[in-house]
Amino acid sequence: MQVFVVADNIVSPLGNTTRENFDKVLQGSSGITRHENTTFADAPFFGALMAPGQLDDYIAPYNLAGYTRFEKMVIVSVASVLEQTGISLSDSRTGFIVSTTKGNIELLEQHYGNKIPLPEMQLSHTAKKIGKYFNAVNDPIVISSACISGLVAVLTGRRLIASGRYDHVVVTGADAFTRFVLSGFQSFQAVSAQPCQPFDTNRSGVTLGEGAATILLSKDSTNATFLVGDGGISNDANHISGPSRTGMELANVMQQAIERSGLTPGEIDFVSAHGTATLYNDEMEAKALHHAGLATVPVNSLKGYYGHTLGAAGLIEAIISMQAAKAGVILPTKGFETLGVSMPVKVANQLQNKECRHFLKTVSGFGGCNAAMVFTNI
Amino acid sequence: MNSELAHITGSVIISQNKVYKDGELIWEHDPKAEISVFMRAAYDQFSGQYPKFHKMDALSKLGWLAAEVLVKDSDIATCKPEEVGLLLSNRSSSLDTDVRYFETVKEFASPALFVYTLPNIVMGEISIRHGFKGENTFFVSDSFDADLMSNYASQLMATTSLKRCLVGWVEVMEQQYEVTMFLIGDKAHGLAQPLTAKALTSLYHNK
Repeated sequence: MQVFVVADNIVSPLGNTTRENFDKVLQGSSGITRHENTTFADAPFFGALMAPGQLDDYIAPYNLAGYTRFEKMVIVSVASVLEQTGISLSDSRTGFIVSTTKGNIELLEQHYGNKIPLPEMQLSHTAKKIGKYFNAVNDPIVISSACISGLVAVLTGRRLIASGRYDHVVVTGADAFTRFVLSGFQSFQAVSAQPCQPFDTNRSGVTLGEGAATILLSKDSTNATFLVGDGGISNDANHISGPSRTGMELANVMQQAIERSGLTPGEIDFVSAHGTATLYNDEMEAKALHHAGLATVPVNSLKGYYGHTLGAAGLIEAIISMQAAKAGVILPTKGFETLGVSMPVKVANQLQNKECRHFLKTVSGFGGCNAAMVFTNI
Repeated sequence: MNSELAHITGSVIISQNKVYKDGELIWEHDPKAEISVFMRAAYDQFSGQYPKFHKMDALSKLGWLAAEVLVKDSDIATCKPEEVGLLLSNRSSSLDTDVRYFETVKEFASPALFVYTLPNIVMGEISIRHGFKGENTFFVSDSFDADLMSNYASQLMATTSLKRCLVGWVEVMEQQYEVTMFLIGDKAHGLAQPLTAKALTSLYHNK
């Protein structure tokens, strides 16, 4: 069965519609700025955070008193895709998948030293609260597989439609910028002192971001913009916080995604890589691109525009890549100048016009997980 | 979904300081022992040869122990790495460790704890231990979703390279824990029950 993308949305520092986000990226704008904000860190840091009042503006049309920052981002994003289509979560044939790494972890920070509201921090509680806002009849399915969650959620949604379980699936993913996550990446010495530089020789770590993004999948091709190709998920079985030494496990899912979609590596017009700008991740990805026969295919990372948005990353980057394919362009890797990985790969460093039919989206994360998926322009 | 390709071939339940395999009680520890004491004793009982265990958080230790008991004496080693997958789930994600990690942030944020503030790390630990490289996804739900887990595992067995899949529930919050893990295979070995939501639910309570 074919599964289509019929609507999408991004809520991020760059805007609250896909259009606005893509226009900003096309202009080379980045959500990453320098912050001095002791809510998140004692020292200044770079991050892609929504400006004060930005989310308040986005939620103005909705009555969202009593919702957390995380829940507000998700609701605004999901509302947008539902408004675009007339597909409803109150229809029993519509599934709802929520992907996140940390959900309402901000509540832990806000209640530090007092009683922690554990029930409100349970991800299924949070997802049900959001589902209830939209009168969802099906229990939301929550996926929390580290940094690959967003793309895994899209793949899972595709499979649930293919199996006949649902006709439509609203796939949403989000993570908020928190002290919790920033302090953790800092404790690993994994945060860049400058805006991140994916694949660059001077790269020195991630820049974190925040946002929500939603893709509405359907078996019905009405209003379809993209065909969702096949994909796969793998584990490195190597290290919980460091990627594979060989890149073979990511390469395997790249190949699976391409083959199961009935394609060859030569038919992939570009790869939207994970490209976190840590030394080890980008090196592993370069090896994987080689093993998968994709070394000569243009590759980019969008982390220089959005930072690493964790559970939203796979969704945001797939949506922006779909827009680029529609526009017939390959987006440059913001922050990249000189190739700094051991295998030569074709990192896009300027805007190129290119007709794009198929692209591959890949992600990798803590726990040694990788995922890859094909998207086809129609 | 066609379940002829998928059979439940084994089960492990770890609950109230007791360990059950395929419905039979195989080991028990002082029911009043704290979770950390119980996990250490279970490790000594079922393994004892994997020092990395001691660095893990409770969620990873529990999942790791269940997998250790589940795959022992199975034919899982005959499968290629990419033919074995994991579908795990729980209620509290990694909140047990999240709270512990955040206690360290004020003084000196602990990278050793931070890495465990993701629920899928337990799948990474199991994969490292056994060399599993196939499909893996972590779901979060109020209670074990037998319907989703059976249908999705069946679908993966039918449409991907998976020949074995560990499916289960690994929940821990402070002293409260509950672990159930099933071995799903493409051949009717062991318990040899067709993979259905009903069978999973029935085995889930079989202790």
